Amino acid sequence: MRVEQIAVFLENKSGRLAEITAILADNDINIRALSVADTADFGILRLIVNDVEKAKSILQDGGFTVGKTDVLAVEVVDKTGGLAKVLKCLHSAGINVEYMYAFVNKSGENAVLIFRFEKMDEAIEVLSKDGFTLLSGEQICAL
Amino acid sequence: MYWEQKKECLPRPQLEQLQLERLKNTLRRVGTTVPFYRNTFSKLKVDAGKVKSLDDLRRLPFTTKQDLRENYPYGLFAIPLRDVVRIHSSSGTTGMATVVGYSRKDIVNWSNLVARILCGAGVTADDMIQIAFGYGLFTGGFGLHYGAERLGASVIPISAGNTKRQIQIMQDFKTTALVCTPSYALKMADVMMDMGINPNGLSLRFGLFGAEPWSEAMRIEINERLGIRATDNYGLSEIMGPGVAGECQECNGLHVNEDHFLIEILDPETLEPVKPGEVGELIITTLTKEAFPVIRYRTRDLTRLLPEPCPCGRTFVRMHRMMGRSDDMLIIKGVNVFPTQIEGILFDIEGTEPHYRLIVERENNEDKLTVMVEVVESIFFDAMKKQRAFMDMIKKRMASELGIGVDVKLVEERTLERFDGKGDRVIDKREL
Repeated sequence: MRVEQIAVFLENKSGRLAEITAILADNDINIRALSVADTADFGILRLIVNDVEKAKSILQDGGFTVGKTDVLAVEVVDKTGGLAKVLKCLHSAGINVEYMYAFVNKSGENAVLIFRFEKMDEAIEVLSKDGFTLLSGEQICAL
Repeated sequence: MYWEQKKECLPRPQLEQLQLERLKNTLRRVGTTVPFYRNTFSKLKVDAGKVKSLDDLRRLPFTTKQDLRENYPYGLFAIPLRDVVRIHSSSGTTGMATVVGYSRKDIVNWSNLVARILCGAGVTADDMIQIAFGYGLFTGGFGLHYGAERLGASVIPISAGNTKRQIQIMQDFKTTALVCTPSYALKMADVMMDMGINPNGLSLRFGLFGAEPWSEAMRIEINERLGIRATDNYGLSEIMGPGVAGECQECNGLHVNEDHFLIEILDPETLEPVKPGEVGELIITTLTKEAFPVIRYRTRDLTRLLPEPCPCGRTFVRMHRMMGRSDDMLIIKGVNVFPTQIEGILFDIEGTEPHYRLIVERENNEDKLTVMVEVVESIFFDAMKKQRAFMDMIKKRMASELGIGVDVKLVEERTLERFDGKGDRVIDKREL
């Protein structure tokens, strides 16, 4: 139940994010979720898109450094304490979160949490056992 | 002021006679005891016994830094190791480093030659010398230390770094002469200001600077800000260390200790002598070294001779302060750095040909090296913690292998200019 994410290296120069989104739009790539981690000099842009392979290759053609990583997408009801429950479960199993971001689906009922763990397999096991819903890439794009 | 007036003012014909005798002696020794020279002499059909004049030097082969590396560690030593009393080594990674040795007599000569430089700069047995060069394998600290003791001055062997403490000691111990790199002297002036210490209230009178390139403008600034007389001195570990040449109180060029070193100024391309007074590469042959004699060493330092006699009365020729390099070596914080060393480290880390650029700047009188590295997929991480750990790893490797701290800046792929073959990957923004 892993979801593929692409990551793009960005120098902190004006207009770079605009360029990336333009390239994706021109090629009919739909961004489902994104997050940026940044320092004074550079940033790491992470994207969940509807066509990972195509997005990766067109961005590489555009001169960007692109990496591909597996992440987990956990669907929770968009209510107070939704995230807390997931994190509590992970914490008690001793699983550290490398980074995470989230978005709310169109209906507004559910939130989708994107996680990256060092121990991906253990995280899948623990979350499934506790009854959390893990989404596939297709399911995210269908939301 | 002279340390050895008779020798330092020897009439030129007598000096040249002495040089020729010493050259012949050196050639005879290296030709029999050092396989490297024995082989190159026989390949070039050079008969050391047939050298009849100093001009015959031009028929002799050169020695390069590469030759020194290939004979790492002891291949070029001309005496048995049991007679070597000291080892020094140039900066550089293992395998890239060069090793030099000294006999007991070499140490005596070295001390004496450094004493000449100190004396020529105006320092006497009454002075208190603070040596802020690194002590260790680098020749700077120990070279000046032995020379200062030989002179009879009082030595404060403080070594490099910890600027506030340097200044505190300078004030408390009443230092009269400072030995360090010229940029470090300016750095000290800055820190004195921060500490609220007026340099004019100190006992400092002399500054003997070396180990990195500088300029007349820097000299004026140092003199004004520290209220001292700054003189330049020159040396390199491959030849001996400090003591090869130094300025007298005229502060107009460095007298070469010609009774111990024979110098040539050659066009670095054609390797033919330049016209007197023109800029070229300095080539040095040692005349008295026992443990580590070197024939026609290509220093890669560019300078020119100042052929006019010096008002100080020394007959030793003067050379202009170093004017640049005939290779791509950088001198950063007094440490020799070759771009190829950095390339080697990056190659090792990335596993492919790295694309990088080196930016050298001087901020607040301190050199700063920034390595710009293009981020390719193999060194790109989606987690910030890993990306930063990767940068720290580069910094650590560079610090341990180059001996200086560097900044690392990651840039996007294909944003650094490409060069065909060996391009200029260095942007040196320092204005000396």
